[in-house]
Amino acid sequence: MSIKFEKKPGLVIYLTAGDPDLATTRDMAIAAVDAGADVIELGVPFSDPLADGPVIQRASERAVAKGTRLEDVLKTCREIRNARANAGIILFSYLNPVVRYGMTAFAKAAKDAGADGVLLTDMIVEEAGEYLEAMRANDLAPVFLAAPTSPDERLKAIAENSRGFVYAISRVGITGTQTELAADAETLVKRLKQFAQIPVALGFGISTPEHVKTVAGFADAAVVGSALVALVEKTPAAEAPRAVGEFVRQLKEGGQPST
Amino acid sequence: MSPVETINRPAPAPKSSAPGRFGAYGGRYVPETLMAALLELDQCYAEAQADPAFHAELNALLQTYCGRPTPLYFAKRLSEQLGGAKIYLKREDLLHTGAHKINNALGQALLAKRMGKTRIIAETGAGQHGVATATVCALFGLECVVYMGEEDMRRQEPNVYRMRLLGAEVRGVSAGSATLKDAINEAMRDWVTNVRNTFYILGSALGSHPYPTIVRDFQRVISRESREQILAAEDKLPDTVVACVGGGSNAIGAFYEYLNDASVALVGVEAGGRGTALGEHAARFHGGIPGVLQGTYSYVLQDDAGQVSSTHSVSAGLDYASVGPEHAMLHDSGRATYTYAMDHEALEAVKVLSRTEGIIPALESAHAIAEAIKLAPKMGKDKILMVNVSGRGDKDIGILRNEMSLEGSEAKK
Ligand SMILES: Cc1ncc(COP(=O)(O)O)c(C=O)c1O
Repeated sequence: MSIKFEKKPGLVIYLTAGDPDLATTRDMAIAAVDAGADVIELGVPFSDPLADGPVIQRASERAVAKGTRLEDVLKTCREIRNARANAGIILFSYLNPVVRYGMTAFAKAAKDAGADGVLLTDMIVEEAGEYLEAMRANDLAPVFLAAPTSPDERLKAIAENSRGFVYAISRVGITGTQTELAADAETLVKRLKQFAQIPVALGFGISTPEHVKTVAGFADAAVVGSALVALVEKTPAAEAPRAVGEFVRQLKEGGQPST
Repeated sequence: MSPVETINRPAPAPKSSAPGRFGAYGGRYVPETLMAALLELDQCYAEAQADPAFHAELNALLQTYCGRPTPLYFAKRLSEQLGGAKIYLKREDLLHTGAHKINNALGQALLAKRMGKTRIIAETGAGQHGVATATVCALFGLECVVYMGEEDMRRQEPNVYRMRLLGAEVRGVSAGSATLKDAINEAMRDWVTNVRNTFYILGSALGSHPYPTIVRDFQRVISRESREQILAAEDKLPDTVVACVGGGSNAIGAFYEYLNDASVALVGVEAGGRGTALGEHAARFHGGIPGVLQGTYSYVLQDDAGQVSSTHSVSAGLDYASVGPEHAMLHDSGRATYTYAMDHEALEAVKVLSRTEGIIPALESAHAIAEAIKLAPKMGKDKILMVNVSGRGDKDIGILRNEMSLEGSEAKK
């Protein structure tokens, strides 16, 4: 298992696979790892990303239009794993492409591709029987989301069923950048920490080194998604890996918690 | 259209112990942020169900405000012209706002009031659910935002104006094919963001548990009435009940009280659009495969990578890539059968019903009429065919004018 957050700030980086193309996705992931990202979330593009804001919606649309399939994302995962044996890699998807592939077959393929874990945006713990079984059988870490609206008994179930880390959603809403971190965020992480034996990563709206620094003060890791996807959107493909590496370096360095 | 592939179907139903299952279908596949609200809705609904005051208020408004019960009308000229079964029309088109949608919008608005929510959101395809929601929000003094695909705003323009006149804000959605599915995505994003003060009045028997059950329960009144009415008129049950199926709310309402009457055949009619290729129709049971879309496990029109397909129908209300999970169960069990009508058949059916009975049906409902036109001649004169006329066609005049020439039809009689 390669999911660990050794040096503060812990950093999880989300990329929509296939945007702008799979080879660039691979190179950006490698650049992010080399710049200090602890975990890469490799997003499987989906036609109906209803938990995502405009930035990731547009990235998904571009990747779907290019014909990016789950199989392709698995292949890219394998390439990243071959290149960086110690990187943490999570496959991030809406449920339908996985159901279409077949849950059992997917879990096996994810393991073969070298993934450490899986995050399904629209999978809640109550529905997760078959999913958890498939994860367990393949020694993959299921990562569940926890929300500021989740009552304690749900946080407990979410923490107990997650492996690798738990993903705390910083605010009530969809993905997308914001200028200030929600006040909800720290409260949620504290509530989760009562139940979680594993690291807690905080995501949604984290877009600057200052945000990362704040988050490093109370959570084990920060997840940066939309800010990075927006950077990819405005950068020519040939320059994107370097730009991503540079941005991740800034996040890692500027995000050192003050002690 | 090829029959639904059974070989290629992935192992149904992610196994689950959670409630809200219709056989393998249904469930709750949503972002965690919504779970607290769904659980709260579940509980509020259970309490309301057990509260006589809730039913008294709902029933009084259904009667005095919406115009229930709606008539069951014997369509004598249509029956004679087709030369077979006696055709009865359940007249949901006569309800206030012009479609069955208000049965559900009213019920859910009462739930919203109970829960103390002050802001209402809804999605709409044909605009009938949007108009119904805008109407009940005006009635109760609630803030109302309706999401509607821009393509649907264009083709159902009269309903956009009606919603705005009623005080609702209509937000156009340009993503995807800018139709119902895209409007639901956007409504769900709004809900995830504003879940603390917002109630989502979902317009069909779709989405995450408990919505398919709630919507069905509020639409059951259709078959509760029609069953009594046909027994009073004919002293026997219908042989066949036909309804159009978009998300499936009018159909499940029209079918529900007959589910245990084995002699009554139930026929749902989907949108056959303009062809059999993926993207050219919205017939989920004729090319769809079980999957998860917008919170529920049901048949979904999708490609082999699990990307949801675009759909086409001349009728905005049927133009949707998935279908309510209870219909998926009824389909698999064989208790109901699902067929489709093509765009041109629905258009023709509008003309037929208009000219034989003086009733202009909604293009959605016209799909059910089109099936009745095929079925009735094959049935004996002693048989009864009941058709749910889910809405009236005023909203479609613009489409009809563009799609269908009336020239020369004067001469035809
Ligand atoms: C008149 C009418 N009938 C049917 C439908 C389809 O919805 P459902 O299948 O939920 O009844 C609509 C939806 O907009 C409608 O307006």
